[in-house]
Amino acid sequence: MDKPDKKTNRRDFLFTASYTVGAVGIGATIWPFIAQMNPDRSVKALATTEVDISQIEPGKSITVLWRGKPVFIKRRTESEISEAESVSLNELIHPEKDQDRVKKSEWLVMLGVCTHLGCVPLADKGEYNGWFCPCHGSHYDTSGRIRKGPAPTNMEIPKYEFVDSNTIKIG
Amino acid sequence: MSEHTYVPESKFGKWFNDRLPLLTLSKHLQDYPTPKNLNYWWTFGGILTFCLVTQIITGLVLAMHYVAHADLAFNSIEHIMRDVNYGWLLRYIHANGASMFFLAVYIHIFRSLFYGSYKSPREIIWILGMLIYILMMATAFMGYVLPWGQMSFWGATVITNLFSAIPFVGESITTWLWGGYSVDNPTLTRFFSLHYLFPFIILGLVVLHIWALHVPGNNNPVGIDIKKPSKDTVPFHPYITIKDLFALLIFIIIFSAFVFFSPNTLGHPDNYIQANPLVTPKHIVPEWYLLPFYAILRSVPDKLGGVILLFASIFILLALPWLDKSKVRSAIFRPIYKQFFWILVIDVLVLGYMGAMPAEGLYLLIARIGTAYYFLHFLVILPVLSSYEKTEPLPVSISEPVLKG
Repeated sequence: MDKPDKKTNRRDFLFTASYTVGAVGIGATIWPFIAQMNPDRSVKALATTEVDISQIEPGKSITVLWRGKPVFIKRRTESEISEAESVSLNELIHPEKDQDRVKKSEWLVMLGVCTHLGCVPLADKGEYNGWFCPCHGSHYDTSGRIRKGPAPTNMEIPKYEFVDSNTIKIG
Repeated sequence: MSEHTYVPESKFGKWFNDRLPLLTLSKHLQDYPTPKNLNYWWTFGGILTFCLVTQIITGLVLAMHYVAHADLAFNSIEHIMRDVNYGWLLRYIHANGASMFFLAVYIHIFRSLFYGSYKSPREIIWILGMLIYILMMATAFMGYVLPWGQMSFWGATVITNLFSAIPFVGESITTWLWGGYSVDNPTLTRFFSLHYLFPFIILGLVVLHIWALHVPGNNNPVGIDIKKPSKDTVPFHPYITIKDLFALLIFIIIFSAFVFFSPNTLGHPDNYIQANPLVTPKHIVPEWYLLPFYAILRSVPDKLGGVILLFASIFILLALPWLDKSKVRSAIFRPIYKQFFWILVIDVLVLGYMGAMPAEGLYLLIARIGTAYYFLHFLVILPVLSSYEKTEPLPVSISEPVLKG
């Protein structure tokens, strides 16, 4: 076959334009089918949970459900607080000061979800007196920071505030 | 091929076949020339077809009684077990059928590894087979979530969280997969929908798998190219159909032994506890057929690293025809490969056992060695063997080694 003239002609322009419009159209059609899988309005609406914390003794913790996930609310003892605060940052896998993880140092509020693959860690277990995840062996300290094991980051702190001294609002 | 000239005997048959050549296809399937030395390891293709059809039929009727809702699913399974006529039987066939399906597919895959069935000109058959295997794992995983027991819930949580290891977009992907901020009702309903769909995609791939097989024809235990049809072949029907049927009967006996006498042996008791998002079971394990991959995941002390190795261990198989370049197919004539084949079998079994054990101490160490060896086999041993192994002489035909003595 002869090599056709390489010059771009009107037909090439029309082909390219048609393919482009076609691609945009297909993309726009597929989008709703992808987006429908994201959280819907009813899921997003379950925003806040209020918790009464007046009954929690020092050293004890409760677990509440927020957005389908467990939230640990722990009233820490003096020794647990000093343990968490005395750790130097360069010992940590994911360096965060304990003060930056709490609003009142007595109360640790965090998502009870292991940052490895999402299991719920067990309280007062592990090599750092904090939490231990039974699934794949991650150890967290009394501030919920990852110290050993496959989890990449510290347990997450949700948005929360103290409504009064006895009530926490999560979310 | 001679079938193209096939003319049906009856007038109606001829009329129909001219318009849709189904009878030509049926004739091709009957006459399909098959190597006459196929052993019983070659019967698992038929067994797997049986497994797929069994899963589709039992699944279809289970879906008539099952309710895909986080509040109702667990009870609807109990309803199937206690109230629905023969519901216990249908569910036990479906649940144990999945295990039987994987048992057969593993034998089928290792058959291919031993006799070099993945090599030229059968690479596409192998790749289609691997795609079927990957879809089978996805289907089985989503099916296991449907009863909404503790293992369902936490298995779903752990496996979907694998995607959160992807840098930057991981969180968005898991939220998208869940349809929420954790595994919940939207996750369950979409898993049900996809669990219903995937078997039919598998069925389509099986048709392509068999089509691709019928182009070069079957490999065989001595692994040499043969002329088709010739003295080295027999027609598929009745020779292979009857052999496949006999093997299938043995398989069904084993299958039935599980269904009727030991239906929960391969399951996990924790899945008879309803899903609870606040409590993770002490020791979560996947179904037995995923344990080797689970061991590989856990052997890496880094989240992203573990996930990458897990996926690599599966996708490396797709490249197998190009990693093993040895021209000799069958391990019968490859004295060194034969030994490494059995070491790989043991390695995978050991990894499976380690996947069931807690990830600590000696178990973890052995899992790490097993993982390293798995990759060593495919990435180093196979390519090196292809160049250095001294293979034994191949027979010129299937009949020759038998008749010359």
